[in-house]
Amino acid sequence: MVAASDTEESLKRRLRLGERFIEGWIFLAGLLAIVVLLGIVAILLKEGLPAFGYTPPWEFLFGTKWYPVSEPPTFGILPFFVSTLMITLLATAVAVPIGVGCAAYLAEVAPSKVRETVKPIIELLAGIPSVMMGFIGLMLLSPLVQSIFHLNTGFCGLTASIMLSLMSLPIIVSVSEDALHAVPNEFKEAAYALGATQWETIRHVCIPAALSGITAAIMLGLGRAIGETMTVLMVAGGALAVPVSPVEPMTPMTAAIASGIGNAVRGGLQYQALFAIGLILFIMTLAVNLVAERVLERQKRKFAG
Amino acid sequence: MGTEARLSREVSQRTAFAFLALATVITLTPVLFIIIYTIINGASALNWEFLTHFPSQAGKAGGIFPAIVGTFYLMLGTLIFALPIGVLAAIYLTEYAKDNWLTRLINTAIMNLAGVPSIVFGLFGLGVFVLTFHFGLSLLAASLTLASQALAMVVTTSREAILAVPKEYREGSLAIGATKWQTVGHIVLPQALPGIITGVVLAISRAAGETAPILIVGAAFFLPGLPQSPFDQFMALPYHLYTVSAHVPGMPRSTMWGIALVLLAVVLSFDVLAAVIRIKARQRK
Repeated sequence: MVAASDTEESLKRRLRLGERFIEGWIFLAGLLAIVVLLGIVAILLKEGLPAFGYTPPWEFLFGTKWYPVSEPPTFGILPFFVSTLMITLLATAVAVPIGVGCAAYLAEVAPSKVRETVKPIIELLAGIPSVMMGFIGLMLLSPLVQSIFHLNTGFCGLTASIMLSLMSLPIIVSVSEDALHAVPNEFKEAAYALGATQWETIRHVCIPAALSGITAAIMLGLGRAIGETMTVLMVAGGALAVPVSPVEPMTPMTAAIASGIGNAVRGGLQYQALFAIGLILFIMTLAVNLVAERVLERQKRKFAG
Repeated sequence: MGTEARLSREVSQRTAFAFLALATVITLTPVLFIIIYTIINGASALNWEFLTHFPSQAGKAGGIFPAIVGTFYLMLGTLIFALPIGVLAAIYLTEYAKDNWLTRLINTAIMNLAGVPSIVFGLFGLGVFVLTFHFGLSLLAASLTLASQALAMVVTTSREAILAVPKEYREGSLAIGATKWQTVGHIVLPQALPGIITGVVLAISRAAGETAPILIVGAAFFLPGLPQSPFDQFMALPYHLYTVSAHVPGMPRSTMWGIALVLLAVVLSFDVLAAVIRIKARQRK
C-alpha cells in the first residue's frame, strides 16, 4: 500500500517536472519573436550607426552623391530616398482606388459565389514571388512602358510602381474587405430604411464606418511597397541621380542595399552605410506598421461595444 | 420623390457598381495573365534534361537541377526551424500567456516582424548567422534567416487555429484529470492541426520564393556540385531566375520562362495544397 502510493507520488512528481520542462520551452518560444525583433534592431544599430561617424546624419540623409568606391568615398542617400518615396507613393495611388473598389464589390455587391471564386485568386496573387513580378516587369512591362512613353529605357520608376501596385493589391483588398464586413448590419438597415439606395449606403455609411480599417489597409500596402526589393531591383533602372520624374531610371533604398552588399567589404565604410540604409528602412516600415496597428485596434474597439 | 430623381440615383448606382466590378477585374486579370502566360511560354523549355541536369554556359544550356534541390533544402530548413518554434509560441500565446504587458509586447513584435522588409531580414541574417555565429554563407544561415522571417506567419496562423478549438474540449479534458500540457498535446493540438499545417505550408511556399534575403546570406549563381552539408553554399530557383534574367546577356527567352514556370509551379502548388487542406478540414467539421 505504502509502496503503491510512493510510486504514484513519484509518477506525479515526474509528470510535474516534465510539464515544467515543456512549459519552459513554450515560454522561451513565445519570447522568440521579441528576441528576433530586438536582434534586428541590435544588428542594424551595431553595423549601421558607425556610418554616421564618417558621414554626419544630416549629410547622409540629404547628400546627393553616392560614390562608395571613390577616394574619399561619399555617402548621400537622397537619390535612394526620393526614389523610394516616388515609387511607393505612385504605386499606392494606383493600388488604393482599385483595391478599395474591389473590396467594396466583394463585401457589398458580389454574389457569394463570385466572392468564393475571386478571393482565392487574389490570394494566389499574394503568393507570386517578388522575383517573378520583377521578371514579368523586365520581360513584358518595361518594353511596353518604353514604347508608350517614347523613353530611352523602360527600366524606370513608373514600371516599378505598376508592378508594386499589383503586389500591394492583395493586402489592401483583404484588409479593406474585412473592415467593410465588420460594419454592423444595423448601420446599413438604418440607411435602407431612410430610402437610401445600396450604392448610397456603401458610399455614405459603409465606407465612412470602415474608414479606419481601410486606412490601415492602405498603410499596410504602403509598408509592403516600401520594403519590396527584387521587383524594384530588376526594373527600376538603377540610376544614382536624384530622380525628378517617375519615368527616369532610379534606385530605391532596398535596391541600393541589394545591389551594393555583395561588393561591400565587411565592416568597411560602404558596408556600414548599407546597414544604415537598412536601419532607416526598418524605422520607416516600423512606423507605418505601428500606425496601421493602432488604427486597426481603434476600428475593433469601435464595433466591439 | 420625382421619377427623374429616382432614375438618376439608379443610374449613378449602376455606374458605381460597374466601376467596382471593373476594379475587381483589374485586380484579377494580372494574376491570371501571369500564370497563363508563364505556362504557355515556359512549357517548351521543360523536359527531363532541364529538370535533372546541371546548367552549363552560364545557365544558357543544360538544366536547373541544383537550383531545384537548393530550393527544396531551403524549404526543409525553414520548416525544421520555424514549425516547432512557431507552434510552441502560438501555444504560449493562446494557452499560457496572461493578458499583461509582456503578452501585448509579444503580439506587437509579431505584427511588426511581419512587416519587416525581406532585405532587412537579409542584413539580420548576415550580421547574426553568417558573421556572429560563424555559419558563413551557407544553407544553414539562409534557412535560419528564412525561418526568422516565416516565424510571424506560422505563429499568427497557428494561433488562429488553436483559438478556434472550442473551450469545452479543454474543460472536458481538464475535468477528467488531465494536466494542462496533456490537454494541449492530446486535445487542442490534434484539433488545430489542419489550420496549423495550412499556415506552415503557406509560410514554406513564401520562403521558396524569397530572393532578397538569400542573395545576401549565401545563394550562388553556379556551383559545380550539390551542397554536401548545411555549411555549404547553394543554388536556388528564385536567385537563378533573377541572375539569368538581369545579369546574363543573350539568355534564351524560353529558358528564362522555363525557370519562371518551375518556380511558379513550386510556389503555387504549395499554396493550392494549403487551400485544399483548409477546405478538407472545413468539410470534416
